[in-house]
Amino acid sequence: MRRDPVTTWLMRIYLVLFFGYLFLPLMVMGAATFNTSRFPTVTPWLGTTFQWFVELYRDGAMWTALWTSLVIAAGVIAVSVPIGLAAALLLTSLHARARSFVYGVMVSPLLTPGVIIGISTLVFWQRFGVAGGVFLSVVAQSTYIIAYVMLMVMARLQRFDRSLEEAALDLGASHLQAFRRVMLPYLRPSLLAAAVIAFLQSFENYNTTLFVRGVDTTLTIYIASKVRTGVTPAVNALGLILIVLTVLAAVLYEWRRRSERRRESIAARRREVSEAAEGGVGRALAAPAE
Amino acid sequence: MTALIRRFGLGLSALIIALPVFWIVMMIVLPELVMIDFAFRPNLLPAEIGGPKDVYTLGNFQTLVENTIHRAIFLKTIWASAFVTLVTLVVCYPIAYHLAQGTKPERTGFLILLLIIPFWINEILRTFAWFIILAYNGPLNALLSGLGLIDRPIRFLNGNFGVIIGMVYAYILFMVFPLYNSMESLDRNQIEAARDLGASAWRIHRRIVIPHAKPGIATGCIFTFMLAAGSYAVPALLGSPQSRWFTEIIYNWFFEGGNWNQGAAYAIVLLALCLGFILLMLRVFRVNLGDIAK
Repeated sequence: MRRDPVTTWLMRIYLVLFFGYLFLPLMVMGAATFNTSRFPTVTPWLGTTFQWFVELYRDGAMWTALWTSLVIAAGVIAVSVPIGLAAALLLTSLHARARSFVYGVMVSPLLTPGVIIGISTLVFWQRFGVAGGVFLSVVAQSTYIIAYVMLMVMARLQRFDRSLEEAALDLGASHLQAFRRVMLPYLRPSLLAAAVIAFLQSFENYNTTLFVRGVDTTLTIYIASKVRTGVTPAVNALGLILIVLTVLAAVLYEWRRRSERRRESIAARRREVSEAAEGGVGRALAAPAE
Repeated sequence: MTALIRRFGLGLSALIIALPVFWIVMMIVLPELVMIDFAFRPNLLPAEIGGPKDVYTLGNFQTLVENTIHRAIFLKTIWASAFVTLVTLVVCYPIAYHLAQGTKPERTGFLILLLIIPFWINEILRTFAWFIILAYNGPLNALLSGLGLIDRPIRFLNGNFGVIIGMVYAYILFMVFPLYNSMESLDRNQIEAARDLGASAWRIHRRIVIPHAKPGIATGCIFTFMLAAGSYAVPALLGSPQSRWFTEIIYNWFFEGGNWNQGAAYAIVLLALCLGFILLMLRVFRVNLGDIAK
């Protein structure tokens, strides 16, 4: 595209500023981990140390919070993947009118502020005598995470070739077999991806969990309360570890997703080619069946 | 229904219906209704519940109207969230346009990966990063005084400034991706044609790019506003008692005031605010909800 040099340069400066804005704060936070200063900062630099990792390791409350977060995340995956899968399957079987209404209800938790989801879950379960804790955290977080799972499964389901399923049933497979052997393997990548997203969403949730946690503390709540009540670079050490893990996960996830997509487009092209070759015969065979 | 059973059999169909119904009824609809019911009832002692005093009332909403501090914080939350949304839109528009129309595809993939990475990082950590930068003895003050721009350090974390900058940072990607997705589908030839016919850059954006990107702009604004108005973490970490956010008042009613009914009423006001903003965006950009939820 033709561009005058002024625009090009302005764009370049903007890109540098934008990505600087995106990454510099995280770098500063990471760097502050290695400063001996008791308050996390990079100015002034008092000396380089690894002591904050040791301090973090010795912090029992951190380990308890980490465990709570993992238990809740496991619960969220167990609840939201099956329900999200069922919701996606249900939606694709509904008639157009009903579908858009039910779809609207199902995605509404994504358009609701997290605090509202926490509050409504809290007051609802209080009627059954259930107080805040791990259980309610799982319920409240799942309320909107199911919607993510549903959307991810739907995206893949739309490209599903129903004739595979019909073939299995025609050849005498039971409904359960067809589901387990045809549908589930096809949906496997999206279910795995949905589980990863569910885990991350649950792990990093703050606003919703705040209202339903009872006396339990998740890792995110622990970090926030540390920042408010007396922060040391041990929190930076924790942040740095989490960031490294997240970046690794993100790169791995993206890389997998891309190779998956590439493989699919190659397969689709091959199918097109073979269909074009067999087109005449195939169509002649298919016609009487319809 | 019959199609579902024919496709999955009776047992599986029952599950496929039962699980989403449980989700919708027990996790979405009933909790919201109970919260609304809570909001319209007075805060009573356990012994009084079901008694003569247990009637529907607007008293909890009246509190918000009459309490000048709460009212001011509510109004501040509205304008500050709208301001965050506007700043985020202005900051993100050029990058989204550049990604969608300005670069070669292989470079786009790399830049998008760069954008996604911070998106995966915990919101609390992204906010904490700004807590360090904006601290009284932090690097930003050190930089500004090093450049001779200020004599004394500024207390960034003492007002709305820190909260707003933290929110723009935290929600930037909820704006970039909807914008990018909507701009990507625009045919480059349209822009080329407009340029060949002598349209200025400003005119190309006003007449071609922005009209095409409307659903993306609406979606990004809705998400950003909803996240900003409903944020608890950012004002809690980057604000001070002088810059309280509406969500913090709600939290206090629940866990410090011990008045859940009052808290539920405030929560409903917040929900209504977000719904109102969604309707406003749909009206302004003339798109419907189906375009948004994609």
